[in-house]
Amino acid sequence: MSFYDTIKEFKDFDYDAFFRRVSDDQVKSAIAKDRLNIKDFLTLLSPRAADFIEPMAQKARKLTKQYFGNVIGLYIPIYLSNYCTNECIYCGFNCKNKINRRKLSLEEIEIEAKAIKKTGMQHILFLTGEAPGYTTPEYMGEAAKILEKYFASVSMEVYPMDVDDYKFLRSKGVDGLTVYQETYNEDTYKKVHLSGRKANYLYRLDSPERGCMAGFRYVNIGPLYGLAEKRSEAFLAGLHADYLDRKYPDVELNISLPRINEAEGGYKPASIMTDEDYVQFITAYRLFMPRVGINLSTRETPEFRDHLLDICVTRFSAGSRTDVGGYAEEGSTAQFEISDARTVPEIVHMLEKKGLQPVFKDWEQPF
Amino acid sequence: MKDVFKIGNKEFTNRLFTGTGKFASKKFIPLMLEASGSEMITVALRRVDFSAGDENILSYIPKNVVLLPNTSGARNSAEAVRIANIAREAGCGDFIKIEVINDSRYLMPDNMETLKATEILVKDGFTVLPYVMPDVSFIKRFEDAGAAAIMPLGSAIGSNRGIRTKEIISMLIELSRLPIIVDAGIGRPSQAAEAMEMGAAAVLVNTAISSAEDPVTAGKAFSLAVQAGRMAYLADMRGEITSGAVASSPLTGFLGERK
Repeated sequence: MSFYDTIKEFKDFDYDAFFRRVSDDQVKSAIAKDRLNIKDFLTLLSPRAADFIEPMAQKARKLTKQYFGNVIGLYIPIYLSNYCTNECIYCGFNCKNKINRRKLSLEEIEIEAKAIKKTGMQHILFLTGEAPGYTTPEYMGEAAKILEKYFASVSMEVYPMDVDDYKFLRSKGVDGLTVYQETYNEDTYKKVHLSGRKANYLYRLDSPERGCMAGFRYVNIGPLYGLAEKRSEAFLAGLHADYLDRKYPDVELNISLPRINEAEGGYKPASIMTDEDYVQFITAYRLFMPRVGINLSTRETPEFRDHLLDICVTRFSAGSRTDVGGYAEEGSTAQFEISDARTVPEIVHMLEKKGLQPVFKDWEQPF
Repeated sequence: MKDVFKIGNKEFTNRLFTGTGKFASKKFIPLMLEASGSEMITVALRRVDFSAGDENILSYIPKNVVLLPNTSGARNSAEAVRIANIAREAGCGDFIKIEVINDSRYLMPDNMETLKATEILVKDGFTVLPYVMPDVSFIKRFEDAGAAAIMPLGSAIGSNRGIRTKEIISMLIELSRLPIIVDAGIGRPSQAAEAMEMGAAAVLVNTAISSAEDPVTAGKAFSLAVQAGRMAYLADMRGEITSGAVASSPLTGFLGERK
């Protein structure tokens, strides 16, 4: 059993026909329910439900306050390497792009860690491109050991691996795993991942599950909005989270909604996810899965991010740089342009003004 | 006579226990403690940052309030035991609330793993308060393991649904030699009062206080409700009273006829 069974089940599903039949009453009923089924969830993702975005947001806020309280978990990324062997036509690290490639040495990682530590951040996410020859699991294991000295929690967003490699990194102190499927649409996936290991759709699709099997405690998933039709992507990502949540109840599931900003590799999104869509989708996730974590990165603008905090976001990055080596000195080419360049103290000040408590540490070493 | 109850080597007069999670700002914690008079507060060790100086959450808790570190995040007994030891080594005292949860959807506790951790930690000299699913068959086991009190859930953590496990909790109160502290799910002062009227030794309330618009007043409201419920229990108030006089006595009338 793999989530791929669900993908196949919905491969020929006629979303438009479903959406055409959605009535106002169905939307209202889905909003009012305590436990939503997948039909309710899809109803909330429909164009019709966009007219009910305020009541959806109200309910989402209520549930978030209830289950997460007035607190926001903070995290910060560290880019270890931008070497990549994949040809993803939307990505700044695409192997065909002529950019400065760099991989941090272990000494440089320590220097970066010290620079980040000064900001007070305690949850760190390390990232690499997909170049297993350069950034081996052993290299990541050494990196994790260094980061663990400075931070309460270390998680990673790296290329998909086998269970054994995941277990190895888990044993080196990595708590969490982020793997974005980019697109759940198999045909689109093939069109945007031209070559490299990443061209294997199924291997990537199953990697969050392999992470759960390997014992990661946080697993964070999501599509990259802009590649395929947005509502079906939002739906399948929700079903993916629900599938993992039911099968691995001891794992804390998180959902992210990264969307392509046009600056990246000059790629023109095939399906534009508007701010309205964004709000509709995150509120639909909250209503469908009241306890799921919802992450928000610095891809989004400060103004938009701050509004989303009032609705249902639970984890927020701050003080981020997406270039390799960028905290200690001027780094190399960034993977994506940061839209929110505020410093950690600025973010903390903003949260406090909103009546939200910034949580730097929410982890303990035995986990 | 003063209505005091004891857990481990500490005596309590206030039967509202509170928590540190979910507040909009840590500065509400001491204000809430003062307004409510709560004498014990639980804190998740995973949220304690000993490197944070004045921003360390523990620095917001007055010294006269008993700290009840909890093992939130532990998935099994081994993790809970390690968390407890870290808490003690860090100077958080000997009290520990064991939370072992491996269900991230409803946050239901795992009684089996909780019991294992209780056995180990009691032997190590901790004052152990296990957070449990109400289950009569486990009560004797927790007593034998040396738990200092038992904390059954009223309903799911953070759900504010009240005491949905009422029937079982009544049995626990009747059967247990240990203080029963109803934890989780209490969303309103009236529900806290209900638990106390039933004979609970105390209640632990976090979400309903910390996520209130005015957590300080909410803390006070819960404290008053707990006092009222406790007084009602001590007053041994009568239950539902039937209407009394009945016109005829079809079942007992024969007694008079015999005279």
